[in-house]
Amino acid sequence: MTFRNVLALIAAALCLLALASPLGSVAGVSLSLWDDVGLLVFALALIAAVLGIVSRKLTGGAADIVMLVLPHSGAWYLIARLGIADQDLQAGYWCLVIASWLAAWIFVDQLSAKKPKSPSLQRFYGVVVPVLFGVWLLILWETLVRGFQVPTVLLPPPSMIGARFAASTAILWADFQQTFLKAVLIGYALGCGSAFLTAILIDRVPFLQRGLLPIGNLVSALPIIGVAPIMVMWFGFDWQSKAAVVIIMTFFPMLVNTVAGLSISSQMEKDMMKTYAAGYWQSLIKLRLPSALPFIFNALKINSTLAMIGAIVAEFFGTPIVGMGFRISTEVGRMNVDMVWAEIAVAALAGTAFYGVMNVIERACTFWHPSFRNG
Amino acid sequence: MLQVSQADAKSGVQNSDFSQLDKMGMEQNSMATDKAVSPVVEIKNLSLSFETNDGPVHALSEIDLSIGRGEFVSFIGPSGCGKTTLLRAVADLEQPTGGSLLVNGVSAEEARLNRDYGYVFQAAALYPWRTIAGNIGLPLEIMGYPKAERQQRIAKNMELVNLAGFDKKFPWQLSGGMQQRASIARALSFDPELLLMDEPFGALDEIVRDHLNEQLLRLWDKTNKTVLFVTHSIPEAVFLSSKIVVMSPRPGRIYDVIDCNLPRDRSLDIRESPEFLAIAHRVREGLREGHSYDD
Repeated sequence: MTFRNVLALIAAALCLLALASPLGSVAGVSLSLWDDVGLLVFALALIAAVLGIVSRKLTGGAADIVMLVLPHSGAWYLIARLGIADQDLQAGYWCLVIASWLAAWIFVDQLSAKKPKSPSLQRFYGVVVPVLFGVWLLILWETLVRGFQVPTVLLPPPSMIGARFAASTAILWADFQQTFLKAVLIGYALGCGSAFLTAILIDRVPFLQRGLLPIGNLVSALPIIGVAPIMVMWFGFDWQSKAAVVIIMTFFPMLVNTVAGLSISSQMEKDMMKTYAAGYWQSLIKLRLPSALPFIFNALKINSTLAMIGAIVAEFFGTPIVGMGFRISTEVGRMNVDMVWAEIAVAALAGTAFYGVMNVIERACTFWHPSFRNG
Repeated sequence: MLQVSQADAKSGVQNSDFSQLDKMGMEQNSMATDKAVSPVVEIKNLSLSFETNDGPVHALSEIDLSIGRGEFVSFIGPSGCGKTTLLRAVADLEQPTGGSLLVNGVSAEEARLNRDYGYVFQAAALYPWRTIAGNIGLPLEIMGYPKAERQQRIAKNMELVNLAGFDKKFPWQLSGGMQQRASIARALSFDPELLLMDEPFGALDEIVRDHLNEQLLRLWDKTNKTVLFVTHSIPEAVFLSSKIVVMSPRPGRIYDVIDCNLPRDRSLDIRESPEFLAIAHRVREGLREGHSYDD
């Protein structure tokens, strides 16, 4: 018995269970699936579809389309019917949610079994699976939080966060500008850039290695909670003090990685440069920096997320009335948790995009590294 | 040859021969004659020891050797006999602790700074981020050749080692034999008259190795370059050399110097001839005695 058939049979059993279970109650009267034609039709259609999969009557493209459309339109309808009961929804409803989730899983399983020849189709499947995963995370979050009436202060449903996001794009954009476009990007560029130059200096003047590396280490060990207020005192409330915190956070990873990367080229490669009577800078630019690139990009990627954290946390210690960290700390105080989540979503999107961009640049620059090369 | 697919490229050495050599050979011959008198490498009473935690290690002691222009000298001996160290000393990659060493009449360091020699290492050591053409052009870039001349020299040397058409490939897309040929082209790109080769074919299989030996011999014959060649293969040493230096270990020293007067345009078949076998026998005896001497 294949895994897919097990999923299908469990889904079918859950649908049958849903037919016999209560959905919830309205004014003390119990509701069942038979009181809601839409849900009833969905349950019966799902039973037919999964049994079709198990008995191999539903295969190929038809199976793909049915397993894509049915569970997702069902989930949409289930979300639309979240308000049917007065209090918490009951077993019948949850059986249907889980059954449609399993049906979506069957769809993903069908997709993974395909081995498409064309690379564009391969890439498409590669995108569809994680997207579906994310979609179902949101569906389950929405249904669970609203179905069990979780207080929004604890966890607002994604629809509420989305509505808040759409209603406050102007504020979010201003915060994004202040925190990401100013503090994060400028601090990141200065932090990584100065660490890179320091690494070259250390490399050129070896006795600095003994002096500067431990100091860099010390600075990186400073608690950001302690440093941030001092930076605010030094550089004022605006983005400059946040950029300073970002510089402190990004400096050391970049320094250590660049120093390590510069020492990675083999003795033979260095000897070769010597036989050409190459000078320090020639051998640095033509050999040692290219060899160090994988290390440097590691630091750039680590720092892309560290910089976000640093800038947001630093805003907790004094800021003008704009900025992602400022918004989070004040909106938490006002119990506007949906706004907090909207800021978190912005931070997550910006951080992921930043990391992704560094990843793309890395691939373009270190295509020759054994971990990337093809052919 | 120009359009060899990648699968073919990886399968090993193609049916290559140094067909483009003649032009280059002519230029070299005329230059070589006026300098033929003074030795290219002159080593007197040279010694070299490394400081280690267990005390000094005498890598080389009492080395006396003179190598004339146009000679092909092989250094052969068991591991630890200092043959690579000697080559590295000539290249100014190691510092002798005693004696004198002149390359082209000047110190090894000056010779290195004059870019008097090309060095071929045990591994191809091509930079993976550069194309084959970019790797061959690397010394030229460092030495500041103008772009047009770089391109012309890259093309000439790629043809010389029969890699024409592979200029846009990356080293990791090529077989080991092709990589090593590219590294030879790189050492030849700035046209040094002295070629130092440290077991360049050690990592290659016998067939590829035979082939590259034949090509190298023809290169030497046509260009009249001076070659110092480290190996531990007796047939390779006898086949290639005009002089074989047999070395023995602990401390590294010269045990025997054997003249090898086989005709310059020899072919692989010469390995069956009695003259060849006699020289090979003497080398083998030298290696055996030099080794037992120490046990």
